[in-house]
Amino acid sequence: MSKALLYDATLCIDCKQCEAACADQNKLPYDDNIAKEERQSEHKFTAVLSKNDKYMRRLCMNCQEPACVSVCPVAALRKTSEGPVIYEANRCMGCRYCMAACPFGVPKYEWSSLNPKVRKCTMCPDRVLAGRQTACAENCPTGATKFGDRDELINEARKRIQDNPANYIHHIYGVEEVGGTSVLLLSGVPFEEFGYRTDFPRDPLPLRTYQVLSKIPDFIPLGFVTLGGIWWITHRREAVAAAEGRQAHQAGKELK
Amino acid sequence: MKIKFTFWKAVFLLIVAAGAYGTFVRFFRGLGASTNLSDQFPWGIWIGFDVLCGVMLAAGGFTLTAAVHILNIQRLKPIVRPTILTAFLGYVLVSVALLFDLGRPYNIWHPLIMRNPHSVMFEVAYCVMLYTTVLALEFSPIVLERFNLQKPLKVVKAVLIPLVLLGVILSTLHQSSLGTLYLIMPTKLHPFWYTPLLPVFFFLSAIAVGLAMTIFESSMSSKHFGRELELPILQELGRVLLVVLTVYAILRFEDLLHRGVFHQLLVAGYERNLFLLEIVLALVLPLTLLAIPKIRQSAGGLYLAAVSVVLGFITNRLNVSITGMETAAGLHYVPKWTEIAITGAIIAVGFALFALAVNYLPIFPEHREAAGPEAPVAAKAAVLSHAGD
Ligand code: SF4
Ligand code: SF4
Ligand code: SF4
Repeated sequence: MSKALLYDATLCIDCKQCEAACADQNKLPYDDNIAKEERQSEHKFTAVLSKNDKYMRRLCMNCQEPACVSVCPVAALRKTSEGPVIYEANRCMGCRYCMAACPFGVPKYEWSSLNPKVRKCTMCPDRVLAGRQTACAENCPTGATKFGDRDELINEARKRIQDNPANYIHHIYGVEEVGGTSVLLLSGVPFEEFGYRTDFPRDPLPLRTYQVLSKIPDFIPLGFVTLGGIWWITHRREAVAAAEGRQAHQAGKELK
Repeated sequence: MKIKFTFWKAVFLLIVAAGAYGTFVRFFRGLGASTNLSDQFPWGIWIGFDVLCGVMLAAGGFTLTAAVHILNIQRLKPIVRPTILTAFLGYVLVSVALLFDLGRPYNIWHPLIMRNPHSVMFEVAYCVMLYTTVLALEFSPIVLERFNLQKPLKVVKAVLIPLVLLGVILSTLHQSSLGTLYLIMPTKLHPFWYTPLLPVFFFLSAIAVGLAMTIFESSMSSKHFGRELELPILQELGRVLLVVLTVYAILRFEDLLHRGVFHQLLVAGYERNLFLLEIVLALVLPLTLLAIPKIRQSAGGLYLAAVSVVLGFITNRLNVSITGMETAAGLHYVPKWTEIAITGAIIAVGFALFALAVNYLPIFPEHREAAGPEAPVAAKAAVLSHAGD
């Protein structure tokens, strides 16, 4: 069963416990100054943004069909069936295609390191694979960040909107965006206010490259035969011409 | 003459010195210190120019071997060798550039044992690796001839046609795949350039640039190496170029039309300006020049058209990789001087290697009869009548 996080912005109080727990879990530095940074970075995997007393969390969406996973040439990024999208640094060659491909602009890079890693929230794989909840969900005092089965969380989110239609934008962000994500969002203000684009396609992005790549196995034998055929035809003409030329030459000799 | 020689030598040394310092910064201070890349803009000119344009500019190799060996257009034979040399050098330099760009260059071999066949980059990596090997083999007869090694020469000659076929297929795959790389970014790439046809456009333009580069190089080398210009050959290439460009132009127009992008031309902005620059340089100007028979048949007209095509499609690659990504990234990327210095040094080294190879190897037909200390070997090589062509 695929796990997910449901973040309900209407319940959030901007206490930033999730940020602190995340830093602790991932052995990242955390202090008052870092708490003030309202963006994800190589040293901050989740950020709580605030705007006119409205809040919104940002973190890796741990997509159902992640673009980052599909593009990584060496499979350093991987989607687990439990939900987390994990990263194995020692496979990575640092091409940064994952960063270019992620529609949410999530993966960050250790630009100043000589042995740089890609950094992002990986949805606490150690905890989740052991059946526990993520650090951020565990430490959230209000239940604004909730961990659970993805399907159940979607149902719960629907119910929350139904019960309090005036409080919510009637959209659960992450159910369908780019094929669905393991982080689901509810908000009282338009998602765009916090940089979540709502114009994303509903189909998974990797489909677009896969549609082209999947043709390659058919293309190779076809290409060989076609090119080989053209070669045969163009050179056959030459061989025939040469043979005829020789005959004509011989015929000429005999005449003499 | 002597002054000019020293002047260019000085320029060359200056560029290489700047590149060497840039290399030091890159490998001892990291990507952050040596580039203007950022989390919002992870790919700069090392990908957009060195890799995307580098591979495109080296496309003459597969275009010409296909024309000569598969389509059997024998008239083009005399220029196959310099083109293969350029292509081979091109791919080697692209690989070197990649070592600068990769965050962990020492892991560049990882795709050999860690596979993700769903990744376009993985496919490109394999194709480029294999194709560079193919080019090395296609190039090897020239070296083998030079040292008169008959046995290996025979072996290479025997497998030449399958090699050429393989080279054309690998090139088709990775030239188009460089466009496929961007198919996963519909939310980021500007609609001027994001289209499902990206792979087709990248492939067709690679052929066009391959032809244009061959015309350009032949003209240049006739000037600098004092050779006669093979005008009838270039005229033939010009005709093919006209056809390829026309096909590309029609497809590009229909694509823009069907995706309803033309109204975006009303929006002023640098995206539109660079899009127009690309279209004028890559299509409008060369198509006009080549459509007029008198210009198409003149050396100067062909040269101008070729240069315009090359510049136009360089603009295209930079538009796809940089211009088209800036709005989504919310910033303006300007490469740091180190990025430019390293790119410049790589190009300079490429030119130097080309000149070196031309001096010491039987690349141009005339050179095989050249007098000098190598004359006996060169003469022997000449007997071997184009073994590798
Ligand atoms: S949000 Fe980006 S980094 Fe996270 S899983 Fe999706 S594609 Fe990958
Ligand atoms: S930077 Fe690393 S993790 Fe990202 S796509 Fe490249 S190899 Fe994979
Ligand atoms: S811990 Fe919960 S309430 Fe506190 S900022 Fe994070 S999500 Fe909001």
